[in-house]
Parts: sequence; C-alpha cells; structure tokens
Amino acid sequence: MFGYMGKILRINLTTGVITKEDLDFELAKKFIGGRGLGTKIFSDEVDPKVDPFASENKIIFINGPLTGTATPTGGRYMVVTKSPLTGTIASSNSGGEWGAYLKYAGYDAVIVEGKANLPVYINIENDKVEILPALDIWGKYTSITSAMLKEKHPDSKVLTIGPAGEKLSQMAAIMNENDRTAGRSGVGAVMGSKNLKAITVSGNQKPVIAKPDGLKAVTKECRSLIKENGVTGEGLPTYGTAVLVNIINEHGVYPVNNFQTGGDPNAEAVSGETLTEKYLLKRNPCHHCPIGCGRWVKSEKHPDGIGGPEYETLWVFAGDLGINDMEIVIDANFWCNELGIDTISAGATLAAAMELYQRGYITDEMLDDDVILKFGNADSVIHWLKKMGNREGFGDMLARGSYRLADFYGVPEYSMSVKKQDLPAYDPRGIQGMGLQYATSNRGGCHVRGYLISPEILGLPEKLDRFELAGKPTWVKIFQDLTAVIDSSGLCLFTSFALGAQQYADMLNETLGTDWSAEELLLAGERIWNLEKLFNLEAGILPEEDTLPPRFLEEEMPDGPTKGWVHKLDEMLPLYYAERGWDEDGIPTEERLIALGLL
Amino acid sequence: MGIKIKLFATFREGRGKVVEMDYIPGMTGQDVIDHLGITASEIAAIIVDGVDGKVDAMLTVHIKKDGYLAIFPPVAGG
Ligand code: SF4
Repeated sequence: MFGYMGKILRINLTTGVITKEDLDFELAKKFIGGRGLGTKIFSDEVDPKVDPFASENKIIFINGPLTGTATPTGGRYMVVTKSPLTGTIASSNSGGEWGAYLKYAGYDAVIVEGKANLPVYINIENDKVEILPALDIWGKYTSITSAMLKEKHPDSKVLTIGPAGEKLSQMAAIMNENDRTAGRSGVGAVMGSKNLKAITVSGNQKPVIAKPDGLKAVTKECRSLIKENGVTGEGLPTYGTAVLVNIINEHGVYPVNNFQTGGDPNAEAVSGETLTEKYLLKRNPCHHCPIGCGRWVKSEKHPDGIGGPEYETLWVFAGDLGINDMEIVIDANFWCNELGIDTISAGATLAAAMELYQRGYITDEMLDDDVILKFGNADSVIHWLKKMGNREGFGDMLARGSYRLADFYGVPEYSMSVKKQDLPAYDPRGIQGMGLQYATSNRGGCHVRGYLISPEILGLPEKLDRFELAGKPTWVKIFQDLTAVIDSSGLCLFTSFALGAQQYADMLNETLGTDWSAEELLLAGERIWNLEKLFNLEAGILPEEDTLPPRFLEEEMPDGPTKGWVHKLDEMLPLYYAERGWDEDGIPTEERLIALGLL
Repeated sequence: MGIKIKLFATFREGRGKVVEMDYIPGMTGQDVIDHLGITASEIAAIIVDGVDGKVDAMLTVHIKKDGYLAIFPPVAGG
C-alpha cells in the first residue's frame, strides 16, 4: 500500500483494549483520507443521535495520505467526532507536527472509544501503545502539560486539552505543540468527556511512495508555484493572516461590537502591518511548510514570544469587542491556548455577552458585581476568559458559547452563529457568497469550509462582485467540494491560493499510484460533503437550520462601504440546493447519492 | 483640495501608509498608480471612493474631489 501507512489504531478507554487494524485501501481511496475517510469511518460506527459526551461517541484523529510526505504543508491531521457545540459532524483541522509524527509511528488514524475511569493519556511509540495515568497533568494548562509529557517522552509530539476541555466547555479546543489548534466545534470537550488528557506520539517509519521521482517533480513544481504566487510567496510569509484586518475593514465587512457595524476607524492598531512592524519576532511555520504564515510575537507580558495571533483572533478580541489593543489580543491568544479554548468562539461569546449587557439582559448583579462585560472595557477580556476556561462564576455560562448564553436569556438572535457555532470575521451582508457558505456549512458557522472571501474580496482567482447573487451558489459548491478534498489530503488550505485541483490530483497520484483526474477528485469532495450532510440529517439537524442570524437578513448594515445591505439568503438557497442536486428542503436526492457512490 | 490614497502591506514600502495627491478633474486610479510607480498587475484589490470591483475597471473610474483610494497587493489568510 502506497502513501497510507495501512494501519489504524483503535483504543478503547473503557476496556483498555488496544487493537491495530488494516486500513481498507479501497475505502480510503474513495474518501481520500483525513476529513473524508474520518467521516466515513465515524458515520459507519457511531449512531448520529449519540450524545456527544456519552462514552458511545468516538473521536478519531486521522491523517491524509499526503501527511508526513515531502509535499508542501504535508503535516496536517483532522479530528472527527460529533460536536458538543453544534450537534453536527465535527472535523477540526490542525497543523504543526503531530500529524506527521503519527504517520511516522506507523498509523493513518487513531480511533478512541469509550471512557476511562480516571484521567489518562495515550502514549504511542511505533508499535508500543499504552494508556497511562494522567492524574499529575489533569487540571494543568496546556504548555505545562506538554512540558511535563515531553520530559517523559522527549522524542514525542504532544497533543493535549486544557482545563476548558476537562470541564466540557462546548468551545474547548485541542492543542498540539503548544500553539497549533484543532480549534472549532468543541472537539476538546469530547476528549475531556473520555477523561483523555493527551496523546504523545513518536516513531521512525516513513510512508512508501508509489512514484518517488514523480512526487519529487510535482512537489518541486508546487513549491515554485507557491513561491511565485503573490499571496503564498509574499503576503502570507511577510504579514501572516493578520494582513486581512485592513482589507476586510476597508470593504466595510469587518464586524464591530458583535456585528452591529462593519468597520473600525482604528483597526490599524491590530493590523498585520502593525503586528509585523512592532511585535513580530519570527515566522513560525508548520511541518514542511514553505508559506510559514504562523507568527511568533512578543508583547509586554510575553517578552520571549508566543505563537499567534491569526486574523480571526485579532478581530474577535479587538473589533468584535470594541477594543483595539494589540497587547490584549496577544494576551488573550496566550490564555486561549493555555486554557484550550477556540479563540473565535471565546471572543464571540464575550461579544454576545457584551451586547446582552448593552441591551439590559445581563446586569451588574448577575455578574456578582464582577468586572463589567461592556464593549470597549479592556479590563474585562482576560478576566472573563480565565473564568470562562475554568468555568468559574458567570464564566460557567460563558463556557457554553454564545448561542446557549443568548438563548438562556430568551434572545438567541444576539448570538452571531450558525448551527450554534460562532461566525468568523466577515460580515455576510457585504459578501453574499460567504453568507451562503456560512448558512450551508456542515459544521455550522465557519470560514474554512469554503473561503469565498478569496474571489469576493481578495480578487483570487478572479474578482467577483461581492453583492451579486447570480453564480454564487455554483462558486460556493465548488469551493466547498475542493476544500473537502484538501482537508482530506493532509495539506493546508492556504496552498489553494497558489494551487488548483490538478496539482492536488498530481500529488495524490504520485503518492498513491492512483490516476485521479481533477474532476474525479472534485467528485470525491462532493461525496464527502454529501456524507457529512447525511450524518447531520440523521443527527436531527433540521433543514431550516441552514440559515443566518436575523441581524444579517433583516438589519441593514448601518454605515461604510456595505451600507444598506442585508444578506439575501432566500434568493440563493434554492439555487444552491439545485446546484447540489438536492431537493427543495436541502435533502440529498437518491439519484445524486447513487451518482456519488453513497447508495 | 486633494485625494487620499491608503496603501497596505508591501505597497507601504518606500511610500508610507497614506499618500496625498492634488485633485485634477477627471483623474482616475490609473493616474494615481502611475504617480506612485505601481503597475496594475501588482494590484490584487482596489477600492475607489468606497466602491470595489475588478482592478482594470476600477482604474478607469473617475475619482471624486476629496475622494480616496485603497490599494492592496495580493494578500489573503483565513
Ligand atoms: S500556511 Fe500557515 S497554517 Fe498553513 S501549514 Fe503553513 S504555517 Fe501552517
């Protein structure tokens, strides 16, 4: 078997039984790997109606076939489970080195089932796999956990949850190498529910490549395309994703104060240009990544530097809270990593709480006269973040995410979320395709299921009119399907700024000995998308949940270059369903499922 | 009375964040980038007086008196 390692590790934490199973190569090819194969295995084995915190829920850590190869950015892994935040399928992606190390240990995936009686961690060193007690690291912040485990397993890479995951916060993340994150959909809480604190991994095996010379040539070609491309060769390496602050703000779609407006005259203070000029110590790339968008930045509180922040983090702890202070953003990023919480959902929940305070739903008494949660109150951010991650006092309410918080007060409309997952840093009123993508994303509000910002704002691969509706359903479908392919291959989505479907097909074919065409690969992406949708429908996610918060559908953007616009979801959604070959309620038709090999 | 040009990312190198130019009736984005020594092919996104669009088309739009431009090289993220 080429490309894959051919082995899946299954670990039952209830019984302590560890088994090694052969990978079904035909199944792997049909669903590629990573997100696709992980979803296939998960949906075959787990009842979609399972309570995400029940021991019957499973959590799968799975690589793509290109993870651990020399391909550019080939180091990513995916966490697949049922999300405690959304109730949908969750697949949360992370970079760093951990995924590549899992491959070097000889496995394509680790399936964790059951629930341990006491806190444990899993140690994987090639053939040696053990479940070990984690009482000494339970309750510890992620960097301390990693350091303690590195002392015991010096050659290993560490993946861990923080206090937020242990305490089942629906926004808990999984951290690897301290600053890489499988951030979204609460995957860290599923680990916590199983009493699983961490997984350490090391090994010295390598995947066998079908056509090593061919892969070398394709890798070289892809690396030069990445280097020559303005975004991947210059923009991202120089400024990181933070460079988006200014361009999104100038288009009037940079959400301010929980999406009440779409522009901030002082956003420059937290821009990529400012970050580079005043705070950047060095680039911080993931495994085999020639782009290196990751940052290592210093601040007054962190003079030796920390990993981060990304654009979404900058926005959510600045514009979305009405605060423009880089020192606070960097400190918030640090605490999210230590507590193991998703920066987007954490900041967005603070933003929702601030709007609830603004409108009188949350009062000073409810906060026990603690620090006021008010837009612009810089003192509130770190204070409440820590309480959120540790579930202390009102922080326990915040730890559930913005939807559950706002719903508690009877006003879920103040949660800027889709399927209970908080929206990222782009106001859909001025980016119509992106809004359609948010509404139809299989894991709820999300920008990395189809990054329509590329054509609608950034002019990549061509500039589309961001207010135009015609053609957008087709663009959304293609972006969603291609993203599913990249997520399943083991590469980083950012390669797609420079590479197209043909290059992904070439890399996979040389690695696996397959003969995928670009069209067949996109069809595999569509198969994966439909599989996720089927899981969600069986899980009880209703068709009417393909929607946006009422603010975007009813309230016109008050000012700036997007002034006067609402999102016109109703006009596009039926066209999107038709484009997918689904019925008018958004249910995949038998005919389409047969064509995709899912029936 | 002049127009204001906001520059971003690498376009700031040697030019600064904001450049002011005298307003000349009928002037377009093309006149502005010629003045700044930027070529159309280097631009990924451009906003003229709050309106964005395809770069080539936007470079032909007449700028308003007291108007502004925002010009970006290829940038992305997510
Ligand atoms: S582009 Fe950035 S996120 Fe992607 S692999 Fe490289 S460093 Fe990691």
